[in-house]
Amino acid sequence: MRLEAVVLNARDNVATAVANLGKGAKVELRAGEKTFTVELKAPISLGHKFSLHHIDNGSAIIQYGEVIGIATKSIKPEEHVHVHNVVSIRGRGNLSKEEV
Amino acid sequence: MSFLAYPRPDGSFGVRNYVGIIPTVACAGDVAHWISNQIRSSVAFLHQQGCCQTKSDLELVTRTLISLGRNPNLASVLLVSLGCESISVDQVAEGISQSGKPVEKVVIQKIGGVNPALAEGSRLARQLVVEASALRRSKVEESELRIGIKCGASDTTSGLASNPAIGGAVDLLIEKGGGAVFGETTESIGAEHILAQRAVSPEVGRRILEIVDRMEKRAMAMGTDMRGGQPTKGNIAGGLTTIEEKSLGAIAKGGTKPIQAVYEYGESPQGKGLFIMDSPGREPEALTALAAAGAQVILFSTGLGAPQGFPFVPVIKITANPITYQHLPDHIDLCIDITSGAGHSLRKASQTIYEEVLKTASGKKTMAETTGYFTATDIYTTGPVI
Repeated sequence: MRLEAVVLNARDNVATAVANLGKGAKVELRAGEKTFTVELKAPISLGHKFSLHHIDNGSAIIQYGEVIGIATKSIKPEEHVHVHNVVSIRGRGNLSKEEV
Repeated sequence: MSFLAYPRPDGSFGVRNYVGIIPTVACAGDVAHWISNQIRSSVAFLHQQGCCQTKSDLELVTRTLISLGRNPNLASVLLVSLGCESISVDQVAEGISQSGKPVEKVVIQKIGGVNPALAEGSRLARQLVVEASALRRSKVEESELRIGIKCGASDTTSGLASNPAIGGAVDLLIEKGGGAVFGETTESIGAEHILAQRAVSPEVGRRILEIVDRMEKRAMAMGTDMRGGQPTKGNIAGGLTTIEEKSLGAIAKGGTKPIQAVYEYGESPQGKGLFIMDSPGREPEALTALAAAGAQVILFSTGLGAPQGFPFVPVIKITANPITYQHLPDHIDLCIDITSGAGHSLRKASQTIYEEVLKTASGKKTMAETTGYFTATDIYTTGPVI
């Protein structure tokens, strides 16, 4: 068995693709002790993230077991999670330091 | 588990048994280098500092040279001084000899020039090597280990696999009572609040935020905004969404244990557990910080394949990029794969790294030790050269 995406911490609500994955791909995942399979709603490139379950607008995106940003819209399970639906709470290249 | 190491007079344990040849100033570097070429089992630490610098940088260089000399991997030290430099060779010698190890010196201008200094330095180094060679390794508990942690020439696989796997190995060592130190202050920008939450006290947490802020201000004073534009366009194309995510990928190599203390560059951390040493990310200065912090072994995560080691500390290069491993076999000691096989592969990778640390500590050579790729070293400074 070869994993095509990794969940870095059992608390995470996103997984990261370690191969280029097509829409509809069935991806096997391991989070802590748990193994499960998800079906992707969108193509996900290597290094990109997708959601493991529903994430409300304004809720935390968790990776490495830590908050990496906040959802700017409601995110469905197995959806691409990136700059189009997540914002940093620390600093962002398109904002000046004073604004963040 | 235990490993084999050389007992030192100050109670520490060396995993190597070199005679360190340390110039007190850049102008004494060639003689130090030649002595180390001449006398086997001696090794030089070369740098560009030691004179015509601000007072605070001279203090920083002095304490770094002392801390390097005290690293347990050195059985003894020969200092090479030019004579007219700002750094006091006697102060450095005194600082190192407080650890109980033999320290000798040769002063180029006093002894009559480069060739007499090479002859006398080689004679002294030879004596020290013969004395050191009589020492034997003995069995030591893993709690006597302090490892340094670093990443460089990173790629997507660093934050996803090799850094978290190294972090797991660091956690294992700290659970066994050992110690670890990491620096690269610049790398924690954006995730410094998370590091600060892991501090053992509010004071240590405040220090973490302070060193990040200070590093940013230094860069800002030179017109460089390190937070702006992060993650970069290339990072975003590669899948990194926020600066928190990018920095978490970098600091994952430090594991998850509480942070005991924050040290200034070149200081000697005391005690066990996880420490931070304020240092930049660039290899020549960052590896020196870890060696000065008393690390006997360094774990170095690399995606693209950095080549270097350090003169007297084995640097274990770890990648999770199989292409790099196949393409650059003499840069990489260990390739880990967290995507294959059943079970908990990240945990397995951490265990593999941990075992490699103990093997290396007991004497197994790293690639950089076999290639001898470690002369591009330096000491970090913050002020101008005068």
